[in-house]
Amino acid sequence: MHGLINRTIQIFLRDTYGSEFWARLARRIDIPVEGYEAMLHYDDRSTEVLLEAATALLQRSRETILEDIGTWLVSSHVGKPLRRLLRFGGVTFTDFLNSLEDLPGRIRLALPDLQLPTLDLDDPGTGQFALTCRGLPGFGHVLVGILGAMADDYGALVLLDHLTGRDSETVNVRLISTDHSQGRSFTLAGDA
Amino acid sequence: MHGEESVFAIGSQALGRAMPMYLCLDPDGRITGVGPTLAKIAPAPLVGQHFLTAFDLRRPGGIRTMSHLVSRSGQRLHLALSGAPGTNLRGVALPLAGGGMLLNLSLGIDLPAAVRQHGLSERDFAPTDLAMEILCLIEVMQLVLGELHDLNRRLQGEKSLAEEEAQTDTLTGLRNRRALVTRLHSLIESGEPFALMHIDLDFFKQVNDSLGHAAGDHVLQEVARIMSGATRSHDTVARIGGDEFVILMPGMIDTGRLHRVALRIIGQLSQPIRFDPHLCRISASIGTTISTFYTPPVAERMLADADRALYVSKRAGRGRITVHGEDG
Repeated sequence: MHGLINRTIQIFLRDTYGSEFWARLARRIDIPVEGYEAMLHYDDRSTEVLLEAATALLQRSRETILEDIGTWLVSSHVGKPLRRLLRFGGVTFTDFLNSLEDLPGRIRLALPDLQLPTLDLDDPGTGQFALTCRGLPGFGHVLVGILGAMADDYGALVLLDHLTGRDSETVNVRLISTDHSQGRSFTLAGDA
Repeated sequence: MHGEESVFAIGSQALGRAMPMYLCLDPDGRITGVGPTLAKIAPAPLVGQHFLTAFDLRRPGGIRTMSHLVSRSGQRLHLALSGAPGTNLRGVALPLAGGGMLLNLSLGIDLPAAVRQHGLSERDFAPTDLAMEILCLIEVMQLVLGELHDLNRRLQGEKSLAEEEAQTDTLTGLRNRRALVTRLHSLIESGEPFALMHIDLDFFKQVNDSLGHAAGDHVLQEVARIMSGATRSHDTVARIGGDEFVILMPGMIDTGRLHRVALRIIGQLSQPIRFDPHLCRISASIGTTISTFYTPPVAERMLADADRALYVSKRAGRGRITVHGEDG
């Protein structure tokens, strides 16, 4: 597993539940409190161990935690760059959905060894979309978090529904309204 | 570029989609059409202005008239919008059938800044443009650099901590100066009497100078082996400098025994050490002191006194031992 994934989970947990919580979790799974290095690779099992420990300590389901990670990825201070990129790729929420398919490839351009799931968007033109992802089990829940937070960002009202398939996960997106609220203001490209 | 036969007719909207930063000039150089993205980033409306005043041509130099521009057809141009110094653009000027020119411009390396400043999105770029990929690369690169920066800082901290905590002389495997000082203080604190022996190799410099550092290193390792063999397991043998050693011997307060141990060490060190095909001949001078000479013992004083006794041995002709206080 690419270290960036474990590192992301680590930073999410520390950012959301505090350093002390993270230290407790690190002790429980017997890793240094510094945690994971983003540029190293870890055993695939390590991600499961990490999520299991978080589930046990937080008394929350794995799905909820993964969804929270998705929300945090685009709405927290840490997630600003990703949100900026996603907003750049889509002027409207529909645009944004359509640009998601290209995202894994674009990230692979910069990090060839980061195996992100493939994303396929089915857009029959009815305001009902199906986003299917393959690889990284559980990533569909992360997507639910990302899609929900981005919908808020665009001021769109959506209904999200997660389905687990045999070797894939699908998130059904029902777009109820595109101008539900004001949406958040945003700046594109880095602040630097 | 001249004399081409096919002529395209394309509407300004279609042109704007393919080249969102296009510019149409009439034969006099007046701007007659502007792509939507270029219009967005221009500080003032461009249509009607003269190209050579609305833009600042940086490279190639010397383009001051329309005929200069025509002569540069097809070449890469570097230019900026007048009055917007941060917008470095590049582009190419192409002659149009019927006179005038078409310019296709793009944001150069200022892409991220322009995107931020003007709130551009992917729709402001040609569908064939790699702007999104470039922005993605920049974001990921910044993320990775930030992570590497943190990692380096952590490794640096761990490295200096490890160095600080190191107790061993890496060449000989003996204790180092830091370990010696720690042990010396703890012996004094425990109240257990002990002898302190300061040993300096004789003729070591000659071995190093004539046979090289490899021979010198080999000799030091042999010396370490001899000293460890000549001492008890609870003695502390430390290398504190190039060819300087200190041995702490708990319970050793009899000067007679101390003499015998020291002479045995000198005797063994004086045996030639083989470094094929050479034989290295060294010896040692020793100065010692015993904690019971002091009330209370002070580490720095004991080290200084042993050092002074060592120099008495050296002056007296090397290969000797001097106990502090016995040197007159």
